[in-house]
Amino acid sequence: MRAATPYAALLPMALTVIVAYLGTMLWTLRTSFTASRTFPSDKFIGITQYTRLFDNERWMLSLHNLAVYGLLFILACLVIGFLLAVFIDQNVSGEGVLRTVFLYPYAMSFVATGLVWQWLLTPGTGIDGSIAALGFPDFVFDWIVDQDLAIYTIVIATVWQSAGLVMALMLAGLRGIDADIWKAARLDGIPAWRVYVSIILPMLWPTVATVFLLLATSVVKLYDAVVAMTQGGPGTASEVPAKFIMDHLFLRSNIGLASAGAIMLLVPVLALLAPYAYARSRRNRERGHA
Amino acid sequence: MMAQTTLTPPLVHAPVAVLARRRRFTPARIGIYVFLFGAALFFLLPLYVMLVTSLKGMDEIRAGSILALPVEWTIEPWRQAWSQVCTGASCEGIRGGFWNSVAITVPSTILPILIGAINGYALSFWRPRGANLLFGVLLAGAFIPVQVMIYPLVRLLAGAGIFGSLPAIVLVHLVFGMPVMTLLFRNYYASLPQELFHAARIDGGGFWRIFLHVVLPLSVPIIVVAAIMQVTGVWNDYILGLVFAGRDNLPMTVQLNNVINTTTGTRLYNVNMAATILTALVPLALYFFSGRWFVRGIAAGAVKG
Repeated sequence: MRAATPYAALLPMALTVIVAYLGTMLWTLRTSFTASRTFPSDKFIGITQYTRLFDNERWMLSLHNLAVYGLLFILACLVIGFLLAVFIDQNVSGEGVLRTVFLYPYAMSFVATGLVWQWLLTPGTGIDGSIAALGFPDFVFDWIVDQDLAIYTIVIATVWQSAGLVMALMLAGLRGIDADIWKAARLDGIPAWRVYVSIILPMLWPTVATVFLLLATSVVKLYDAVVAMTQGGPGTASEVPAKFIMDHLFLRSNIGLASAGAIMLLVPVLALLAPYAYARSRRNRERGHA
Repeated sequence: MMAQTTLTPPLVHAPVAVLARRRRFTPARIGIYVFLFGAALFFLLPLYVMLVTSLKGMDEIRAGSILALPVEWTIEPWRQAWSQVCTGASCEGIRGGFWNSVAITVPSTILPILIGAINGYALSFWRPRGANLLFGVLLAGAFIPVQVMIYPLVRLLAGAGIFGSLPAIVLVHLVFGMPVMTLLFRNYYASLPQELFHAARIDGGGFWRIFLHVVLPLSVPIIVVAAIMQVTGVWNDYILGLVFAGRDNLPMTVQLNNVINTTTGTRLYNVNMAATILTALVPLALYFFSGRWFVRGIAAGAVKG
């Protein structure tokens, strides 16, 4: 009787995992092999939805956008976050205020973030108007309405939102590093920047890996910010996969195609998680032997 | 091991070595301050622009710089945003969305915390067989894009007859909040001394008695952290509210997006920015008043496992 209670208590978790996570994933996988359009269908058509998906220009464009976005977003967040953490770690005055300032955007939703930056980057009345008024009358910053450049404005907005998170995690990592390393490096007369690049950064690698995983998952999930900032436009120029799937599920009534797209989104996630899980299990095993 | 070091909240002390390196007014130190000051300006710019835009009239916005302070200060845009602006079919302002978000956030915070605490307690102290595997899958689930699960969930909830209602959106928040909530409580309980639990067992305490009388009273700090994280997450959610809440319960984020992106005619930037601040106000206030706890929550939630 007593032994049964812990199992009963974990029932909500078991249901969540089995029904809401695994069950729905299998359901979506099954749907992706059917001819479902507005309504689900049981007619199996093999991998036709997947070939259609990769013949679909909008999907291919969304993949391309995601690659460009992801690369720049992750790189910029890591570099800016690391630099902010290192500079804050130089025993500066006003550290608390600076930390608060760098991290507050992370408390804002992607919707609010997207809307603010949409206004800031509105050509003419936005920030470029102010720069023009400073004596550069020809200055225009119209990336948000430019087919080729709109995706970069989403990078700017979301880096602004997320870089503080990287800063906070990196700073925690820096504070966890043994102070003796600094003493030793100073005795050897190694310049501070070299210590950071050659010693500190490699030691921070678990933090960097965690941050990378967090940023990469948020790249795959990118949706709200695009909807709020550009609605995928101009035209379909800033389309992303998550939005492609949502549009085909709820607006364009193509459940089969949307499901195939959703399953394809799983590929990068699994590719990211597998090495992480492997490293973790190996570390645990080593710890077990020790 | 590494997880432990990265978990240390960045609030304690500057390392001794850095203290020793302190020198004033060298070019390098001036450079550091210039960089940090410049970065701070960039991070504050959107907040500043939001605020001044929301306090200007439309004439000033059209004529002047986005950075200029209002010549004639006005809170009219705030009044309009709160009680007049069109959020789709109706034009009663963003306040309806505010109260919808409150109605969604309160149960969507309490329930996941309760379930997360029970999960963490069972995982850390009772360790039923297979539970850790289940937990591993749960954590992995936190990385899966919702698009993979969203359509089947719609069908399941429709089958249960609750799709597009308050219970539906709360249930969905419970499902998607569970990984991080469970992780927080599991890690917290793992740091409590096991002897406490063993002593309670010897005294004849059962599962629920030990939970209620021994473990829960010790959980206040982690409940605060969990509440901050869950309130922020639920309040800022857009996609789940859009799909599952139903037309009568649309949260503030969805209504805000409707206000700004689906309005036809002249764009009232001042009203838009007032509405945006109003929507961001709850998590921002939470962040500014609970800074340390907020950071602790991110650090603890970020390190998966």
